[in-house]
Amino acid sequence: MRNRTKMLILTVAALVFCGLYLFEGLNGSYDYALPRRGIKVVAMALTGVAIAYSTVIFQTITHNRILTPSIMGLDSLYILLQTVLIFFLGSTHVTIVNKQVNFVLSVGAMVIFALLLYQFLFKAGKRPIYFLLLVGIIVGTFFQSISTFLQVLIDPNEFLRVQDKSFASFNNINGDLVWWALGILIITLIIGWRKFNELDVLSLGRDTAINLGVNHDKIVKTMLILSSVLIAVSTALVGPITFFGLIVANLSYQFFKTYKHSILIAGASVMSIIALVGGQWIVERVFTFSTTLSVIINFVGGAYFIYLLLKESRSA
Amino acid sequence: MIQVRELTKAYGNKAVVEKVSVDIHPGKITSFIGPNGAGKSTLLSMVSRLLDADTGEVLVDNNNVKKMKSNEFSKRVSILKQSNFMNVRLTIRELVSFGRFPHSKGRLQADDIQIVNQALDYMDLMSMQHMYLEELSGGQRQRAFIAMVIAQDTDYILLDEPLNNLDMKHSVQIMKILRRLVNELGKTVVIVLHDINFASVYSDRIVALKEGRVVKDGPTNDIINSESLREIYDMDIPIQQMNNCRICVYFNS
Repeated sequence: MRNRTKMLILTVAALVFCGLYLFEGLNGSYDYALPRRGIKVVAMALTGVAIAYSTVIFQTITHNRILTPSIMGLDSLYILLQTVLIFFLGSTHVTIVNKQVNFVLSVGAMVIFALLLYQFLFKAGKRPIYFLLLVGIIVGTFFQSISTFLQVLIDPNEFLRVQDKSFASFNNINGDLVWWALGILIITLIIGWRKFNELDVLSLGRDTAINLGVNHDKIVKTMLILSSVLIAVSTALVGPITFFGLIVANLSYQFFKTYKHSILIAGASVMSIIALVGGQWIVERVFTFSTTLSVIINFVGGAYFIYLLLKESRSA
Repeated sequence: MIQVRELTKAYGNKAVVEKVSVDIHPGKITSFIGPNGAGKSTLLSMVSRLLDADTGEVLVDNNNVKKMKSNEFSKRVSILKQSNFMNVRLTIRELVSFGRFPHSKGRLQADDIQIVNQALDYMDLMSMQHMYLEELSGGQRQRAFIAMVIAQDTDYILLDEPLNNLDMKHSVQIMKILRRLVNELGKTVVIVLHDINFASVYSDRIVALKEGRVVKDGPTNDIINSESLREIYDMDIPIQQMNNCRICVYFNS
């Protein structure tokens, strides 16, 4: 019952921020400003839900609360792809300028990369999931190094374009892409929804989950793929927000104190919406664009990450 | 009956379990004993499909385990491992309710709740059902996990060293409960034990393993004698009869 009250309060807060963002200072500009603000709110909400959802399921199947799917090298692959495109084709090439083409390329590359990684690892016998994480981190670092190398060689103006692509931004989002991303998000939610009960069991550990009749390997594989697709979509839409998933997932664990994934995921999603829409509102109207939301998120998230690490090491 | 046929598991060139064939008789407590590294836990993990065997097969009531659906299997056989690390905060009642998952898929019905209550009662946990697992002592925790397995309500219950880290009082308590499960509810219990005296006093049958092979398999009375134990442990162990129990005095042999 008390969790229901908490969820209600969060939902109201999220709606208030959405309303504030949409209508505050609109000055009757219903035809021009409202649709533009509307599409941004939808984009922020779906990015928030995608990141929250993918982080919670990823942390459950990997039995940890600190690593997030971005660590599997997806963020660095995205930056590498943008860098390579700009390096070889130039920042005026269709793959950079046309956002639809860029979106499809990015999502495709990230999903194929994730599938290859899992396929390779699952085919090569049953390796522990930590092996997968380790390979992900190493490959991610490798991608980052190549990106840095290319960025050093690149023309300074082109480098600015790479920089622009490397930080999450909600300020110029393509309307069509938002609807595509929303479609993908809804499909992943439909696939994942019926598995939430099995995820609850999975948080008891592999052996207990198998004992209780959960097909462990199958659900881990499904969930890894789902979380990669979600991260790929949100990164391709707005750019990488490294620490965001970590914050909302852990806040949700602390706030709701339950093992039920239906509540944890919904809670983390609503918190994401509050953080993104509320944060963007503050950035736009209070700081009047003197900073960007992803800077604030990475600052707060980084501090929280250090706090979690210290807390874990104390309890260990 | 669980029939184990020629199970083999090797890591690299080293076979941990080699061509093991054993029958688990229904309505009995069967203990797996043997020195460290004999392959007892590995064998139990393969029987309960936590670990894939390299070759060989396991039949549960004449059904091949590999061909059974995971959920179907979990209604017949339950397994409890030694370490039960988990990431979440659960109360005893929530943990025991998870035992109903194979039947209810997470949506507890009235009869599920009744079975959970019975399991809590059986393990004498009703009064502390709302306590969190991390607040419990080792013995209470172990009882909570056994209550979960009881709620799972399977014919076969496999336990991997359930007495680890328990003191004498709690060890005896757990073994008595297992005995009751067999006598009163007709369950079949398979248990990996380190202390041969618990095996001697409480089990109906003993399977002794050594270096991945079965060296002895039979009723307890046929195994608990000095010759057999020498073969299993390479030790001369005198046996003392006390109150109808055969006690192996291995401390100074």
